This record gives sequence, structure tokens and C-alpha cells, in this order.
Amino acid sequence: MKLKGKAWRFGDDVDTDAIIPARYLISSDPKFLAGHCMEDADPEFVKKAKAGDIIVAGKNFGCGSSREHAPVSIKAAGLSCVIAHSFARIFYRNAFNMGLLILESPDAAAAVRTGDELEVDVDRGIILNLTTGEQYHTHPVPPFMQELLRVGGLMPYVREQLSGE
Amino acid sequence: MPMTISEKILARHSGKSTVLPDDLIEAGIDFALGNDITAPLAIEAFRKVGASRVFDPERIALVPDHFAPNKDIASAMQCKILRDFAREWNLTHYFEVGRMGVEHALLPEQGLVLPGDVVIGADSHTCTYGALGAFATGVGSTDLAAAMITGRVWFKVPFSMKFVYRGKLGPWVGGKDLILYTIGQIGVDGARYRAMEFTGEVIDRLPMSDRFSMCNMAIEAGAKAGIIAPDPVTEEYVKGRAKRSYEFYRSDPDAAFESVHEWDVSAFEPMVALPHSPANVRPVSRIPRTVIDQVVIGSCTNGRYEDLETAAAILKGRKVAPGVRCMIIPATREIYRQALRNGLLETFVDAEAAVSTPTCGPCLGGHMGILAAGEKAVATTNRNFLGRMGHAESEIYLSNPAVAAASAVAGRIVHPDEL
Repeated sequence: MKLKGKAWRFGDDVDTDAIIPARYLISSDPKFLAGHCMEDADPEFVKKAKAGDIIVAGKNFGCGSSREHAPVSIKAAGLSCVIAHSFARIFYRNAFNMGLLILESPDAAAAVRTGDELEVDVDRGIILNLTTGEQYHTHPVPPFMQELLRVGGLMPYVREQLSGE
Repeated sequence: MPMTISEKILARHSGKSTVLPDDLIEAGIDFALGNDITAPLAIEAFRKVGASRVFDPERIALVPDHFAPNKDIASAMQCKILRDFAREWNLTHYFEVGRMGVEHALLPEQGLVLPGDVVIGADSHTCTYGALGAFATGVGSTDLAAAMITGRVWFKVPFSMKFVYRGKLGPWVGGKDLILYTIGQIGVDGARYRAMEFTGEVIDRLPMSDRFSMCNMAIEAGAKAGIIAPDPVTEEYVKGRAKRSYEFYRSDPDAAFESVHEWDVSAFEPMVALPHSPANVRPVSRIPRTVIDQVVIGSCTNGRYEDLETAAAILKGRKVAPGVRCMIIPATREIYRQALRNGLLETFVDAEAAVSTPTCGPCLGGHMGILAAGEKAVATTNRNFLGRMGHAESEIYLSNPAVAAASAVAGRIVHPDEL
């Protein structure tokens, strides 16, 4: 699997309130949540970001709440993945369960700037910065996780497994 | 093989004699919970997968506390999802408005989560129950859905970090100050994926309410769990409440900790976390002059009876400063009743504070005390992220209940001794 998109750079400790403020958690509709994605970090983000774009952030992305609405809003807003130096524990687990691709890459987190065009080779764990020509490394996503992402998350995955029995 | 308390509990629940950090295990859970934000997604997942059972209707709690009492139609619809699901599956522990409380104060009080348990909750502050000597951790809604069906969850066994507190706590200094100091020292990802074990002579003397406050905020350092070995203080709290049997575990003296932090706290004064991070901590006397608009005393961190008692001691015979709004929210119905019986509520109303039925509302900017642009609040809650309590241009200062109450009276952030 290969992805290509423009990078949007955020800092360290982007919390779940910044990703999707609690005032919008009166709904779990992905489209509604997508409309407010990253709103308190950058109020214009949803207008500026295009389908397939990539969030790049520093340490501890997704710290704070257990709300799955956070990865849901990022995915529903059309972002293809999040690359960060590191992720908060609950967010990490939720992202895979929701079918949002996330990649840890301290190299990419240190170097990538907003506007850089990135190409991500998910199988090989290589991130290519098409703007600067730099290459960064991340762990390849194992086949099980890729399958989880392909079907759209843990529950569709479980359903597919059940129907195959 | 020597093990930490967390490792012992996880080993026991996964049917193993020993576990090591980084082991992937599947553990049986003793209890699971969700609230009106996280449970609707879990219930949707539960239905989509076509589940035909819950693992145990007596070991799941649904607590509508975040946007309840319903603040609008959308939140009413979310709470209804919980109500309907609880009826459909005969869940014993569904807590309706009037009978409910802030979940992490309510479940220990009702004796539903106990020492030695493995508990998961679709709420990050589920780690609160570590104060009882349980391994409790926050998960997402999908994990809750799977756990409600199977009664099992997979975990990676966390490394444990040991925090030792020595000395004697001064006046107006408590568990909240210890945890704020700790997060200030190690940072918001200082315990990422780890279990934080709190020990030492100070913890031995610490009342349960303060222990709950400390474990509650372990997640603010990124931890998977906060935990305190159960002792006579725990026993005193649990006996008479426990709805089932429980077990005390302790770390072996030679158990392996990834790191050990040790502090003498005797000279500590109350701590305050400045905007916009729970790690941005300073002693109260070193806070620049800060005029405030609002005070909130409540939440799963500091809405317990002892917290209200502290606030009442300061507010008694005094008034909230002109221009300040002070919200006081007993965390559960039992706490509310005790505060009523002992005259605390009258003290609060006399001081011109607003007293509310239990809700998480203001802590997460949900309802009951939203901040406008440019406003500043002192709160006994757990997070001061940008925009957490309202407008993205508002500010939250986290403190213990004594500092919060004193600041309400002074109209600016003060040490209680300044009154």
C-alpha cells in the first residue's frame, strides 16, 4: 500500500480536545465530527486540508481522552494517515480499531514541514519527502494491521471473520 | 519470580503464574464501564457485530454523567441509547439522573470496583480505581464493545515506574498536589504506556479520597494505570461497600521497576498547573497575579466529600468575590446527601456559590460553566488543555479544593493562608 499527500505539521502533545473538542461529542456521526477536526489546534484546518493529506506531529499525539471520536474525525475528514514522533496509548489502540493508519517516525516528525509532499510506502515502512528528497523510516505495518485498515477497523474485521467461519 | 502489583494482577487474570513487561496477554475482566459519550459508540459496535449476549449483566456499568442531566436534544438521544441498552440486556448497574454520580467517584463508592480487579472503562480516567489496588485502565469504545461481549481484553503488560513520597505533608497540601508535582516533573508523556505505582510513608498516611485523586491523574502523564498497594486504609474504605470478594496484592520487595523517583514532600506547598498543560506546574506562591472569572470544585478528581469539606472550611462565613462564579458539584448522590446533612450545602449557598447535581459537565466544556473568550478559571478537575472548558481563548488553572475555594473568595489565585 502506498499513500501520497500533503503534510500538515503540528507540535508535541496534540490532545484529544484539540483533535475533536468535547462540545461536539453530542454526536457520534463521522461526517459531523469531520467538520470540526483539529478545530482548536487550527480553526481553518478542515477547509484547508484535502482528501489524502497527512498529519505530521511531534511527541505524544492524541494524549488525553479515550474518545474514539478523535481518530474517527481524522479519518472522516479524509486524512490518509497521521505520522508522529510518538502516540498516546489509548489513541494508538483506538486508531487501529477505527481503521485510521498511524505511523511512528521520529525522523519524519523532526524534518517534515507543512506543505511538503509525502509518499508513504506502508509495506516497507519508508516515508519519502518529495519536496526535499529526504527519506525517513518507520516500522512497516504488519499484514494483520493492514487488513484491519483495509476493511475499516476492528468491528468490520470481526464481522468479516465471523461471516467467513 | 518477583513481580510488581500490576504484574501480579495481570498474571492472575490471564491464568499465568508470571508475566513480564511487554508480554501480550489476554485477561479476563472483573468490570467494564461506559458513559454517555463513549457507550453509544460501543453499543453501535455491539449491535453491528450482531452480539447475542453480554458477558455478565452485573459487571457492566453505564453511567450517563458527561452531558447529563441532558443539556440538549442530541445529548438526550445519546443518553437514551444507554437507557435502552441497559433495559434490553438487564444491566444491573445503569445509573439514571438523580441516582447517578460522576462515574469514577460512583463505582468505588458503590463497591463495584474492588482491590485486585482488572477493570476497563471507555473513559481515560478509569485509572482512578488503581487507588483501591486494582489494575484499571481506559480504553476506547470498540474495546469496550468487545469486552462487554467476551469479558476479555488483550493487554501489553506495562513496565512499572515507582514513585516514593517521603516526609510529612504540610497544611493545605494533599494528593492532588503530589500528582501535579509528579506530572510537572516527568511531563505529560513521562509515564506513557507505563504503570505508575505510588508508595512511601506519605501514601501510607494518605486518605482514600487523596489516593483516588492521584491515580485519577496518572493518565495525564500518559500512564496506562496508576496504582497504590491496598492497606488498612483501603480495607476500611472497601468493607461494608464491596458487592463481591476481593484480593489484596502488593509488589514484591525485589520487583523490577523501570525507574524509581523519590521525593521528600515536607516543604511542598499547594501546586497549580498553569494553562495549557497539566505538566505546567508551579507552587501556588510562584503563580503570577491572576484574576479569575470562575471556580469549579468537583469532577472525578476532586468532587469527593473530603474535597467539599475542605472547600466548606474555607468558604464558611465568607463570600465568593464579586465578579467570580463558583460552581460546586458533589460527585455522587451519596456525597450530595452527606454534604446536605452536614450543612455544607448551606455554607456554599450562603457564600453565593452555585451547587449542582452530579455531572461531569464543566470539566470537559460540556455544560454548566462554559468559559467565554478571555476568561480564566481555577478548577479542581484534571485537564487544562486549550479550550477544554469552553472558548479556545479561555484559560484553566488546576488546583486542589483549598486553593480553588480560597481563590473564589479572593477573586484571584491565592494560597489559602492568604485569606
